[in-house]
Amino acid sequence: MSTAATTINLLTGFLGSGKTTLLQRLLDYPDLSGTAVLINEFGEVGLDHHLLDRIDANVVLMKSGCLCCTVRGEVADALLNLHAMRARGAVPWFDRVVIETTGLADPYPVLSTIRAHPVLRSHFSAGNVVTTLDAVNGHGVLATRQDALRQIAAADTVVLTKTDLADTSAVRNLRAMVAAINPTASVLDAAAVDASVLLGIGSGAQSALGQLPTQDHFHHAADGQSVQSFSILTEQALDWTVFGVWLTMLLHRHGDKVLRVKGILNIAGSDRPVAVHGVQRMVHPPVHMSGWPDEDRRSRLVFIMQGLDPDLVRNSFEVFQGLSRPQAQVAVASSTRIEVAKLHQSQDNGLFE
Amino acid sequence: MCSLCGILGCDDHWSSALARDGVYSRNTDRLSRRREAAHRESVVNTILATRRMRMSDWHGRAYMLKTATGKSKVFDSLSHLWPEAEALSGTLFDPLDPLLLSRLQNKL
Repeated sequence: MSTAATTINLLTGFLGSGKTTLLQRLLDYPDLSGTAVLINEFGEVGLDHHLLDRIDANVVLMKSGCLCCTVRGEVADALLNLHAMRARGAVPWFDRVVIETTGLADPYPVLSTIRAHPVLRSHFSAGNVVTTLDAVNGHGVLATRQDALRQIAAADTVVLTKTDLADTSAVRNLRAMVAAINPTASVLDAAAVDASVLLGIGSGAQSALGQLPTQDHFHHAADGQSVQSFSILTEQALDWTVFGVWLTMLLHRHGDKVLRVKGILNIAGSDRPVAVHGVQRMVHPPVHMSGWPDEDRRSRLVFIMQGLDPDLVRNSFEVFQGLSRPQAQVAVASSTRIEVAKLHQSQDNGLFE
Repeated sequence: MCSLCGILGCDDHWSSALARDGVYSRNTDRLSRRREAAHRESVVNTILATRRMRMSDWHGRAYMLKTATGKSKVFDSLSHLWPEAEALSGTLFDPLDPLLLSRLQNKL
């Protein structure tokens, strides 16, 4: 039995965007043989699990309505139940869970549940969020539906479906629209998806973070709540503690407007970069990367926001970094750590006996 | 579990994560954990001082917030810091607030 945390992938997308069809296709891949599926449906009678009858032994249908409202209890209960059944051997071993949300769900509550639940957070970790987008109706949906915008903003990968039914130019425009909303997400065509790439199997944060955009993007929504992505770049090595206090404070006060934050940071006192990744008020555990993805050693932080002024955020970031411990002190602290480590090593080697 | 008080679990805020494979953390050993906690306390207190408040470590297990008038609150996770500070002070802690930023700049 493995003690590693089970990865949870979220499959989301607006109503009728092809989530279940994509899931059916993905489950044919050998890479996903050890995968359990949770399906949440909006409506009195769930249908989607019948479409997945081939794997019904591992499909759990959460019956009561919109995932946004019921997620905290119901997703947690379903995952705990799956975990208990796996431990008892009542279901075949699985090392991945895919949660297919309703088309009206905001992905944030699910991710937040996984991170915040005292038991779940020890046994499960959040993996890639995959959002399906219908190439035929996508423009209209993104122009009018806030829930669809939030699904795109939360995505690590956006899968364009029904591209064979749409004009080439319409697909190209839709890709540009997705890039304006979430420039950090990769956009794939459903006809050419590979399960391992889609769900991030075997890839670390490094590959995904290597191409963080540095330019600002702007997307107009119909209700005036435009979505804007912008970057903060800095050559200065960051004080991790100050950064943590600042981002926690920002997400506490404005988390509902920060749809996504993603970055690769040059931290003072660390020779390797640190990747941070958050959705609304939730931030995943920071990843200590094995190395820089390219020659650029600047810290890069990308925000996708709704209704916040980027200049205010940039200014606030700079003022808070002014609270940093002086670099010389960081260097002293690091060298002290090395000296202490050497001292312990010497003690281990019996030099102080 | 704390062997003295039997409290289960501990704070695993992302900015002060438990040391584990692949996760960046300053909590790798006792000294770095204490150094990081002291630095965090200093940074947080610089911000709280703009509202005449202070945070202190509480037995290495939790945190205590105090106002200038003596009101206090113990909380156990950094996630609760700003909600508790706002509740105790009756004011908002907004990192985009120009007044707060100006006060922080003047302290430098």
